Amino acid sequence: MQVYRWTLTMALSIVHRATGIALYVGTLLLVWWLVAAASGPAAYANVQAFTGSIIGRLIVFGYTWALMHHMLSGIRHFVWDLGYGFKANEREALTWGALIGGIALTVLIWIIAYATGGGR
Amino acid sequence: MVEFALPKNSKITGGKTWPKPAGATDVREFRVYRWNPDDGKNPSVDTYYVDTNDCGPMVLDGLIWIKNHIDPSLTFRRSCREGVCGSCAMNIDGQNTLACTRSMHDVKDGAVKINPLPHQPVVKDLVPDLTNFYAQYASVEPWLKTTSPTPQKEWRQSHEDREKLDGLYECILCACCSTSCPSYWWNSDRYLGPAALLQANRWVSDSRDEATGERLDNLEDPFRLYRCHTIMNCAKACPKGLNPAEAIAELKLKMVERQI
Repeated sequence: MQVYRWTLTMALSIVHRATGIALYVGTLLLVWWLVAAASGPAAYANVQAFTGSIIGRLIVFGYTWALMHHMLSGIRHFVWDLGYGFKANEREALTWGALIGGIALTVLIWIIAYATGGGR
Repeated sequence: MVEFALPKNSKITGGKTWPKPAGATDVREFRVYRWNPDDGKNPSVDTYYVDTNDCGPMVLDGLIWIKNHIDPSLTFRRSCREGVCGSCAMNIDGQNTLACTRSMHDVKDGAVKINPLPHQPVVKDLVPDLTNFYAQYASVEPWLKTTSPTPQKEWRQSHEDREKLDGLYECILCACCSTSCPSYWWNSDRYLGPAALLQANRWVSDSRDEATGERLDNLEDPFRLYRCHTIMNCAKACPKGLNPAEAIAELKLKMVERQI
């Protein structure tokens, strides 16, 4: 196995799975936030303090990327499941698209979030 | 099972560097996987220097040159030397391909690194044991199955129906695709792998075959067909330019279509 040269589609296949697992964990954070919001101002303030910290922001940023990447990569798999995009140039383009698109969307969301005052 | 590391007795240790051929002006370094079942030692990677002025351009030419001039014990399969038989499939420069159709000049970054097809038991040096691979091919029953009375002459097929087999019938069963597939590395005991599935699709797509339903039933299984996760290594590796990933997608579509 170690001798096999990594291919883009091979790497993104495992990244798709990894982001899927990360989303499970990340969704727990979302649950924590909702439960805290429902249980009162003190608990809610706790969550806000955590997600406002550097580590918290990094985790939420990672979660955003995992979500965006998994969504676009999911669309890629959907196209393949419909029987399209199997030519060499098409499959590379789809895969690059998911990778770059996921990063671009994540950055865009965060820029918008900060611009609309979500960072405070 | 998933195996990230090699078992202890398969760890690669050391290896011999053979002397450069005397008087050669242009040499190419070859690093070749060696394992001998008889000496009880772990595998190693031997380094050879091939006189490129004295041999053909392909990787297989280099291997044959080594066997003739340096080390007659080097073991590998070869037959047609022109990409028809599929015997000399091996891992060259990190990708599965045929040694006879890969030019050693297309291999960048210094040495030509050669290993046997990944995740198959090794018989000796570059010769893998493909028993399981062939058994899986046999399990898709690669022959014409019919129930209607046999016609007096041949089973006829229109030109259009014949064209549906293009991109499927050309497969030479070299095993480059199946042994490039991570799903096959982990689950080759239960997942049929790209080569056998491409062949399955070849018979499902054949207008003369009358066992389509039975063939699809045989594949309706979480492992046999559905361990394909469109990783695409198979299509990238195929030395004949076929697309097993697409053939598998077509099979999956046919599974759904027959339920509608």
